[in-house]
Amino acid sequence: MQTVLSIAIDALAYGMVLFVISIGLSVTMGLMRVVNLAHGAFAMIGGYIASYAARDLGLAYGFAIVLAVFGTILIAIPIERLLYRRIYGAPELTQVLMTIGITFCIIGIANYVFGPTLKTVPLPAQLQGSVDLGFRAIATHRLFAILCGLAVAVALWYTIERTAFGVKLRASVDNAAMAAALGVRTEIVYAVSFAVAVGLAAFGGVVGAELLPVEPYYALRYMVTFLVVVSVGGAGSIPGALLACLLLGGIDTTGRYLMPEFGEFFFYLAVIAIICVFPRGLAGRAKG
Amino acid sequence: MSMTTTNDLIAETQGKRRFGASDLIGLGVILALAVVGYFLFPTNLALLTRIIAIALLVLSLDLVTGYCGVATLGHAALFGAGAYAAGIVSAHYGINDPFAMLAFGIAAGAVAGLICGAVILRAHGLPQLVLSIALIHLFHEFANKASSWTGGSDGLSGIAPSALFGLYEFDLWGRTAYVFGVVLLVLVFFVLRLIVRSPFGMLCRAIKEDPIRIRSMGASPKAALMKMYVISGAVAGVGGALNAISTQVVGLDSLSFTMSAESLVMLVLGGTGSLFGALTGTIVFMFFEDVVSAANPFHWLTMVGALLIAVVLFAPKGLYGTAAAFVARRREAK
Amino acid sequence: MQPIFEVRNLKRAFGGLAVTNDVSLSMAPGDRVALIGPNGAGKTTFVNLVTGNLAPDSGEVRLNGETVTSIDAIGRVRRGLVRSFQVTRLFLDMTPAEHVALAVLQRDGRSGRLFGNFLAMPDVMDEVGQLLGKLGLRDLMHRKVSEIAYGQQRLLEIAVALALKPKVLLLDEPAAGVPQSDTGRIEQALADLPADLAVLMIEHDMDLVFRFAKRVIVLAAGAIIFDGSPSDVTQDPRVREAYLGSYANASHAA
Repeated sequence: MQTVLSIAIDALAYGMVLFVISIGLSVTMGLMRVVNLAHGAFAMIGGYIASYAARDLGLAYGFAIVLAVFGTILIAIPIERLLYRRIYGAPELTQVLMTIGITFCIIGIANYVFGPTLKTVPLPAQLQGSVDLGFRAIATHRLFAILCGLAVAVALWYTIERTAFGVKLRASVDNAAMAAALGVRTEIVYAVSFAVAVGLAAFGGVVGAELLPVEPYYALRYMVTFLVVVSVGGAGSIPGALLACLLLGGIDTTGRYLMPEFGEFFFYLAVIAIICVFPRGLAGRAKG
Repeated sequence: MSMTTTNDLIAETQGKRRFGASDLIGLGVILALAVVGYFLFPTNLALLTRIIAIALLVLSLDLVTGYCGVATLGHAALFGAGAYAAGIVSAHYGINDPFAMLAFGIAAGAVAGLICGAVILRAHGLPQLVLSIALIHLFHEFANKASSWTGGSDGLSGIAPSALFGLYEFDLWGRTAYVFGVVLLVLVFFVLRLIVRSPFGMLCRAIKEDPIRIRSMGASPKAALMKMYVISGAVAGVGGALNAISTQVVGLDSLSFTMSAESLVMLVLGGTGSLFGALTGTIVFMFFEDVVSAANPFHWLTMVGALLIAVVLFAPKGLYGTAAAFVARRREAK
Repeated sequence: MQPIFEVRNLKRAFGGLAVTNDVSLSMAPGDRVALIGPNGAGKTTFVNLVTGNLAPDSGEVRLNGETVTSIDAIGRVRRGLVRSFQVTRLFLDMTPAEHVALAVLQRDGRSGRLFGNFLAMPDVMDEVGQLLGKLGLRDLMHRKVSEIAYGQQRLLEIAVALALKPKVLLLDEPAAGVPQSDTGRIEQALADLPADLAVLMIEHDMDLVFRFAKRVIVLAAGAIIFDGSPSDVTQDPRVREAYLGSYANASHAA
């Protein structure tokens, strides 16, 4: 019973971190139809910035998060302007090549600047230790990650369903040409969504640094994980992404607990099985 | 992405010759390069042999990506399967005849092609890409864990190919391996030229453009793509087996995502949908790698990334494709 | 004569709306039938049901005496049910010769061959030359399809369909989008279709329908409301009602 609970809580925390990182990818893919393999690299950049700020400069954890989010967006803006703009609407292979090229560059630079070792983001005292929930104690950091995931989900849901920007966003996802004809300035919607997506990735990279350790090959190691969230959940679908994250978090964590030797093997097997069963995603909206 | 090589078109429209002038020129260029390489780098034949092995992988990738339009980031699975099969029969079963090892490599590559094709062709677009990445990780993990067979992360050693025809030992200088590799490459190239211009090759080009239209002509796109995947696997298997025979070790890197991605980079660098493009890309990339990683291994990945971005932005048809288009324009202008 | 093509009580609904509602028809070899109907009558759905791209809720499609309802689109093509597309769907990077050769090779089960080039196969080239010659495309046979005129692309659509040697041919608006100057060629091509071929043509252009068809079927709101000779169709009150709405009744009353 203890094991089941531990697995459940770890799976939930892991799933929520996955959600925070990949939801931006899902929304931008639904919106701009860009197969973006470099999304994980932005999460990694966030992790590096936070690690540098908190560990080397000794700044507060909260401040490190803010710095990581805005720092990553600042780095992403010229990349979007100069490189991503060129591949909107391009064939899939072109998008794959461009974004994998960007990923390789970021990995190479990270390796050069920060070295090949793991970087930690030191947690503040409040997030260390554990919280007693009455029936069981859980690590405070796990709880924090879960709460962050929920907060992001609720905030996104509110933004998309209840605000004027959300209306424009949904219209652009459904039919960009029509939205533009109706006076929605789609380029602004695109730019804002891209910035938010990158910011969320960075946020997830920092909050999840305990679960997905920051190192140069981060962007490649978890590439398939982030992408599978989108292809299983369906591009642009928040509930789909949430469901996919919890499912994948469950599979991955269970695998690690029960079969630490073969965890990754079964994770990839499960990914293949899920996509083979749902080639159009759980929500069935993914554009194939 | 959707381009036929100018060379193919010229060859097809100009003559009914089964084996056109461009093929002879191509074979001549390959052989000339092989001879030049042999005399320019007599102490580095191992590198040249490796280039040939990788070129076979890239040719194999070109069959599914360039000719059929399937984007995959897991193609090294086919190459690695061939390499491990050839290595395992030698290291564990004492089957040391190079041709037998080659046959096992081809068969394993074809089987891996069948498996990968069956999985990857189930989806389209992003899910298809994700499947290909998951597959290569799965193969990698499998080889890593089955270490009693594969040597795991230490690599598979103890491969001892016997002399070719019982006459030519695989010497320390790699001369035999090099000649073996050149002959294999020429044979494969010859066969692939036939295939891409055959009715089946034409069917695949049509599928790449419009699979729904091809269904309404009574052909099954999926069956054709599966067949191409098996052929592609056999070709990659030749490359893998050659690598196992020439280096006498097989490492996990031959089943890696990086290898898959790099082979795609080489293909795009040279130009998709053209066998000459695949060869050009491999040669340029491998020499580039040799020079850069010797000078500054830290920046190797950065350079590859920058190269990719540059190709996408400035030469989307690849080096060979751009050159061929340039030549064709010049010819038309005259 | 035994019908070559038969549809019995075909039904298909989308969310409660019957888009194809109990459609039955039968064609003999050599029939020239036009299927017409106002926009939204369900012609596209009907074509998709017949070709096997959409499964019916109930009913049956029979081809040459065999029930093909559970056979997929590819299987139906192989049994001789071939369609052309309303919007040209050709392989833009390929030549007309390649299109027709591919169809010929596919028909003979040779499209999977790994060796030889069709340019060096005399029997294939003869057929390609003949077919393209008949449709006036012979001089263009080695040009890329993207470089030839739209009217010629429409002719190539017909050539590809004919190369498959169909028993039943569904022509989906063969003259759609073709400039007036080129329709003559297409009409000539339609007049030259093999005599024993059963042709079902979906068309809006009534001039073309009257010149081509010996029989007209009118589809409205998913059901067949008229099946008879072209000379009677314009006089039929239900057809007038379907096309002209209340005006039909008004003019009748007047």
